[in-house]
Amino acid sequence: MVCMELSGTPKKIVSARDLGIVACSRCSKAWPLGTQTCARCGHALVSRDPMSLQRVWAYWVMGLICYVPANLFPMLQTRTLFQVDESTIIGGAVELAHHGNLGIAAIIIFASVVIPLGKFWAVAFLALSVKNRSMVSKNMRQFLYEVVEYIGRWSMIDIFVVAILSSLVQLKALAAINPGTAAMFFALSVIFTMLSAQAFDSRLIWDVQAKDKSAGDGGAEINE
Amino acid sequence: MKDSVTTDSQLDLDKVIVCPQCDAVFQLVRPQHGERAKCQRCHKVLIAPRRNAGLHIIAVALSVLFLIIGAAIFPFLTIDAAGNKNAVSILDAALAFSGGPMIILSLATAALIILFPLFRVLLTLYVLVPVVLDRPPARHAIRAFRLSEAMRPWSMAEIFAIGCAVALVKVADLAHVGFGPAFWMFGILVVLVIAQDSFMCKWSVWNSLEHPKRS
Repeated sequence: MVCMELSGTPKKIVSARDLGIVACSRCSKAWPLGTQTCARCGHALVSRDPMSLQRVWAYWVMGLICYVPANLFPMLQTRTLFQVDESTIIGGAVELAHHGNLGIAAIIIFASVVIPLGKFWAVAFLALSVKNRSMVSKNMRQFLYEVVEYIGRWSMIDIFVVAILSSLVQLKALAAINPGTAAMFFALSVIFTMLSAQAFDSRLIWDVQAKDKSAGDGGAEINE
Repeated sequence: MKDSVTTDSQLDLDKVIVCPQCDAVFQLVRPQHGERAKCQRCHKVLIAPRRNAGLHIIAVALSVLFLIIGAAIFPFLTIDAAGNKNAVSILDAALAFSGGPMIILSLATAALIILFPLFRVLLTLYVLVPVVLDRPPARHAIRAFRLSEAMRPWSMAEIFAIGCAVALVKVADLAHVGFGPAFWMFGILVVLVIAQDSFMCKWSVWNSLEHPKRS
């Protein structure tokens, strides 16, 4: 494994902004600070996106608003010979648990309750930690951000399960499963939280650290 | 934070690499094939070239292309309960939300599990085939690659595949469920999509698009 080093300064790591460089956030080519657009890929260049946090919060709030009806309305409508069952996300999981499918119930609760709530918490925490000093190390927060970005897409699994079930289980009089209103809101909520996480500029995490260092003990080492 | 290096080298910007994730600056060291260059501060992988990566990606992309088309056409799951049978294709599943505003959800699902993966494969082929053949890049290759990278988080074929597993368990006691040919195609597809993403070194692609002759 090769480690990148800026010659002569093996220990101290310098931010591009402090060197008068702005890097394209899409193709990562370096340009002098003040360049407007990347000549390689045409993306607009910003050293730090001043609107980043505002967009994060806007999408975050939209996601949270959509998440409420996603839990209140029914996700699935199951029609069997004699009865029509409408179950919400949590209701469906509880029902599965009653039937003895504890494992599947746990997966559903995890994928559609724990992960979304965890995502809301994590994005809010990251956005706040950029403004205020945080006790959590930058490496931890960077890791948290990567986890949020990676795991965000997986919440769509619920929508796909509903789609598969409601196209597959169409057995005329015997049984039929149809999607409920909550599916729409849940999908929107997932999409908005994905956008929220994407809007976050992870370079901000490391800026706070640079500021802390110059104000505080001068030469804290970051290398592991 | 000022160092002598920062002032006097006045930075040849082609010999510098910036970590897109934490904005740290490093002098560019091109790793050998199979090695990986990581950011020292946040440990993001910056460059990870592989021998013949272009050829591998093209081969995988072609198989993904055929698998997506096959998986979309052939029946995917069949269900059988007390004489009532139903067979669905992936398109049926994607378009399950019909009626009223739910049609938007149908279109979104179809895009996420079929259109985006398909489009990404086509763009990848368009960008990489000329590069691998040592030809000048195709017209608008840069825009095509940008678009394909922007679609990366939204192409969700592998998530759909796991969704199938969950759905199967849910229906298993209600009815007998069988797998169509498309189900197995989709399984292979998921593995290939993941492999393709791990072969691709973005830095190398951008670099070869910028300096086509030296690739």
